[in-house]
Amino acid sequence: MTAMKFVGQSATRIDELAKVTGAAQFVDDLDFGPNLLYAEVVESPHAHALIKRIDASRAKKVPGVVRVVTGKDFPYTFGLYMQDRFIFARDRVRFVGEQVAAVVARDPVTARRAARLVKVTYEPLPHVLDLKEALGEDALLVHPDLKNYSHCPWFFPVADTNIAHWRKTRKGDVEQGFREADMVFEDTYTVPRYAHCAIEPHVIVGQYDLAGRLTLWSSSQSPYTQRHVFAEALAPLGLKHQDIRVITPFVGGGFGGKAGVSMEIIAAALALAVKGSPVKVRWTREQEFYNTYQRQGVIARIKMGVKKDGAITAIEHTLHWDAGAYVEYGANVVNAVGLSATGPYRVPNVKIDSVCVYTNLPPGGPYRGFGYSEFHFGLESHMNRVAKMIEMDPVEFRRRNAIREGDTLPYGAHMNPCGLVEAIDKAAAEIAWGKKEESTSPHKAIGKGFACFWKAPAMPPNAASAAFLKFNEDGSLNISVSGMEIGQGFLTVMAQIAAEVLTVPPGRIRVETPDTDRNAYEWQTVGSHVTWGCGNAVKAAAEEVRDKMLQVVHRVHGFAKEDLYFEDEHVKCRSKPDFALPFKDFVISGIQTPHGNFLGGPILGSGMFMPEFTSATGDPETSQGGHPNVHYTVGAAGIVLEVDRETGKMRVLKAVLAVDVGQAINPDLVRSQIVGGLVQGLATALYEDIRYSLEGKLLNPNFTDYKIPTALDIPDKIVPIIIEVAQPDGPFGARGVGEHTMIAAAALVANALEDAVGLRIKSLPLTAEKVALELRGIRYDDVKGSTMGLCFMGDPQQYAFFTKNSK
Amino acid sequence: MKKINLILNGESRTAAVAPHEVLLDVLREKLGVKSPKVGCERGDCGACTILLDGKPVCSCLILAVEVDGQEITTLEGVGRNGPTPLQQSFIRHNAFQCGFCAPGIVLAATALLEKNPQPSAHEAQEALSGNLCRCTGYEAIIESVVEAGREGGGKKKSRKGQ
Repeated sequence: MTAMKFVGQSATRIDELAKVTGAAQFVDDLDFGPNLLYAEVVESPHAHALIKRIDASRAKKVPGVVRVVTGKDFPYTFGLYMQDRFIFARDRVRFVGEQVAAVVARDPVTARRAARLVKVTYEPLPHVLDLKEALGEDALLVHPDLKNYSHCPWFFPVADTNIAHWRKTRKGDVEQGFREADMVFEDTYTVPRYAHCAIEPHVIVGQYDLAGRLTLWSSSQSPYTQRHVFAEALAPLGLKHQDIRVITPFVGGGFGGKAGVSMEIIAAALALAVKGSPVKVRWTREQEFYNTYQRQGVIARIKMGVKKDGAITAIEHTLHWDAGAYVEYGANVVNAVGLSATGPYRVPNVKIDSVCVYTNLPPGGPYRGFGYSEFHFGLESHMNRVAKMIEMDPVEFRRRNAIREGDTLPYGAHMNPCGLVEAIDKAAAEIAWGKKEESTSPHKAIGKGFACFWKAPAMPPNAASAAFLKFNEDGSLNISVSGMEIGQGFLTVMAQIAAEVLTVPPGRIRVETPDTDRNAYEWQTVGSHVTWGCGNAVKAAAEEVRDKMLQVVHRVHGFAKEDLYFEDEHVKCRSKPDFALPFKDFVISGIQTPHGNFLGGPILGSGMFMPEFTSATGDPETSQGGHPNVHYTVGAAGIVLEVDRETGKMRVLKAVLAVDVGQAINPDLVRSQIVGGLVQGLATALYEDIRYSLEGKLLNPNFTDYKIPTALDIPDKIVPIIIEVAQPDGPFGARGVGEHTMIAAAALVANALEDAVGLRIKSLPLTAEKVALELRGIRYDDVKGSTMGLCFMGDPQQYAFFTKNSK
Repeated sequence: MKKINLILNGESRTAAVAPHEVLLDVLREKLGVKSPKVGCERGDCGACTILLDGKPVCSCLILAVEVDGQEITTLEGVGRNGPTPLQQSFIRHNAFQCGFCAPGIVLAATALLEKNPQPSAHEAQEALSGNLCRCTGYEAIIESVVEAGREGGGKKKSRKGQ
C-alpha cells in the first residue's frame, strides 16, 4: 500500500476558524424575524398523577399569548424504538417535569408568566422510584398499557409488569462453568444516573407554513431520524416525510443527549398549532437536566468463575436498569448491554440478563458509552477483585482473558480484528504498572488503577449512511452528508477521507451541516459509527467521482484508464509523463476536443453504505443466531491516583488510554477524543452526584450543585495511545472511537482507590465526601440523608432479584 | 424603557431596554451580537462571557441598564482583521470541539493575555475556570493559551488580529 497523504495526518479542523471567530451558528443564533413566537411548557410537579382538568382560561387572556396547547390537541404517541410517549402527557403524568401543556406567546417573558396561570388539577398517585418496588409483586404499573405499545422487533416487554425489555444472552452452560471453576465470586455494583451537560441546551424552532411545509431548525444529532419520528407521530394529521424538513446547523455538544427525539417533538406540534409563524422551544439548564434524557441508573450483580491459572470459566451478569418513565430510546441501551456485558474477554459460558425497568423518574436514554460505562464499572471492579483472590496480577489476569480476533462473542458471532493485548501492554507500561509510588505528603497515598473496555455501536441492522460530492469551478469540493458535527471533528474526517481518494486537500473541501431536503441520508450520529459508516459512504462517493473524471480524460485523450492517476489535484498519466491536467480545468466545464466541442461536464458523485451483514434475529431466550453488532472497538486504560486520607480528595497524577481505532484518520482528533472522553468519564467518578428527593424531584439541575469539571479539575497528565489494527470493512481501516474513551474511567478510579488506601467502593460516584467518610469507617449510604442518587434505597445486596427467576 | 448608549466592539450603539432585561438577551436579541451564548443563565458556565471595560464577565448576570456608557467587547469584536495570534494558536491545536464554549473562552483568554502576557498553564487554568467546556477536557485549550503567550500573542492590540 502506498503511503497516505491525508489519512493518518493531524489536519487542522476545517470548522475551527468558524468556531474561534464566533462565525459558527447554532440554532439559537438564527434569526427568524419579529414574527417569531416563544413557547413555555407547563410541567408536572408530580412523579405520578392523573390529570383531572386543565384550565387555561386565565393564561389565554394574557396579552401576547397566542395559543395554549394541551395533550388533547395532539393525542399522538412517538418513540424511536418503542412508542410509549405522548407529545404532551395525556390523562397521566409519569415524572416530575413532564410536559403537560404549552403556552405560545409573542415573547418569552409573557409565555413564562402565562404558563404559570395554566391551572392543572391532578389526582396524585403513588409513585415508584425504587427498582425493587417496581419489580415486586403487585407493583404499581407505570405503563398499564405496555402490552399494546408498538416497538422494534428485538424488544421483549413483559406484559402487566414494569419490564419494558429483557435482553437474555446465553452461551455455553454457566452452571457447568461455575463447577469447573476453582473460585466463584459474586457481588453487586451500583451506578446512579448522570446528566450529559452539553453546554448548549436543547433548542428547536418549528415553522409550519401556509403551504403545509413543516420545517424544523434543530440542535440535534439525528436530523433524518427526527424527521422520521415526526412523520410517524404526526401521520394522523396527514404529514408525510416529504412535508417535513429538518435543518441542523452546528450543535453545541450532544453526548447522546441530542440523539433521537426528546423535547423536539413539542416544537413540531406547536408549529402546527400556530400555522404560519415560527415558534421556538429552548430548554433552560434545569429542563436540560430533567426533560431530555438521562444516563440510566443500574444495579448489576456479577458472578464470575475462574480457574487458578486465571482462565475465566463463566460470567453471569444480571443488570436491572432504572430506565425512567419512558424508554423509547433507553431500552436499546439496555439491549446493547445485554449482548456485551462480558466485557472484552473470552468467556466460554455466559448468562446475561439486562432488564429495562420503568420508574417514575425522568426518561433514561443514550449517553456517550451507551450502557457500557455503566456495566464496566462493576465488571472492571470485579476483575480486579477476582485477580486478587486468585493472587494474580490484575493486568496479567486481563491479558490472560483478553478477547482476540475470531473468538466467539456472547451472541455467537465472531470477534473482529483487535489489538487489545497490545493496548493492555502499552497502557500498563505507560503508568509503570507494578511499581509502587509514594506520595511526598504523609497524609496522601498513591495508587494505580487499570481497566479494559470494549464497545460496539448499537444500531438497527439497516442503519445506513450516504454521501454526495460535487466539484466547484476552482476544483474545490463540497461534501453533503447528514452525519453531525457534534464536536468530534466529523466534518474534517470526512474531508480527509475524500482528500485521500481525490488528492484535494481538506482545506479545499467544504462539508456542510445537514438539511434533510438537500443532504444525503444518515441514520443518526450515535454509536461512534459515523467515521466508519459515513466514512465508507464518502469514500464510495469519492471513488465514483474519480471514475467519472478518469472516464472523461479517457474519452478525450484516449489514455488507458489504468495508466491514469491523481496527484496534487491533477490527472496524470504513467504512459505520458508530461501530461498533467488540473482538476479545475475540467471538473465543471469538461475538456475541449480537437474539434472544438467539450466532453464531460460538472462532476458529481454519490456513495452509500449499509452494514449488510448484520441482523437482529437472535433467539429471544439466548440471543444466539443473529449478528446484531458491526464490530467492537477495544482498549485499555490506567491511572495514577493520589488520595488525601484526610479529605478524601483525589488527584489524577496521570491517566493513559490506549484504544484500537483501526486507522486514525486524524490522530490529533483521536487524541482529542481520548482526553475529552477520559475527563468526562473521570467526572462520573470524582464529581458528578445526582440527587432526587423521595418525591422524585431532581434536586440539583444546575452546574452549581451538579459539578462538572472546570479547567482546574483535570488530570495532571493524559497520555493518549493510538493502536491501529485495521478494521477490514472500515474506510482505510478505521473504526469508531468517540464513546469508548469514557468507558473505563470510573473503574479506573475505583481500582486505584483500592490500591492507594485499601478501600473498595462498589457504588458510584466516588466523590471526596464519600471516600473521606468510608475511610473513617462510616458507610456513606447510612449518612447520605434523605436524598437519593440511585434507583434504590436499601442495601444493594438485597437487589439480586430476578436472577433466580430467569431461565 | 430606558435608552442605553454603549461602545460595542468599537462602535457606538444604542438600545431601548426595560429595567429587568438581562445584558445577554439584549446583546443577542436587540443588538444582533450572537457570539455570547445562553448556557445556564445563572453565571455557572461562562458561555455568555463578554469583556466589560476589558474584564471578562458573565453577561447573563448583568442587567442591560447597568452598562450604559460602558465599553463591551464580544467575540465579534476580536480579530476583525483576521484571527489574532491567540485564535491562531487555538486553530493550530484543534482546541475546540463543538465550539459552543469557544466565544467565552477566547474572550476570557484574551483578557488574561492582556493582563498577563505569558501565563503559566496553572494561571491559564485559573483564568478559564469559570468557562465550562464539556468536550475537550481543556488540555488543548490551555496549551493554546500558554503557547500564544510564549509566542508573544499577549502583546498590546491582541484583539485586532492580523
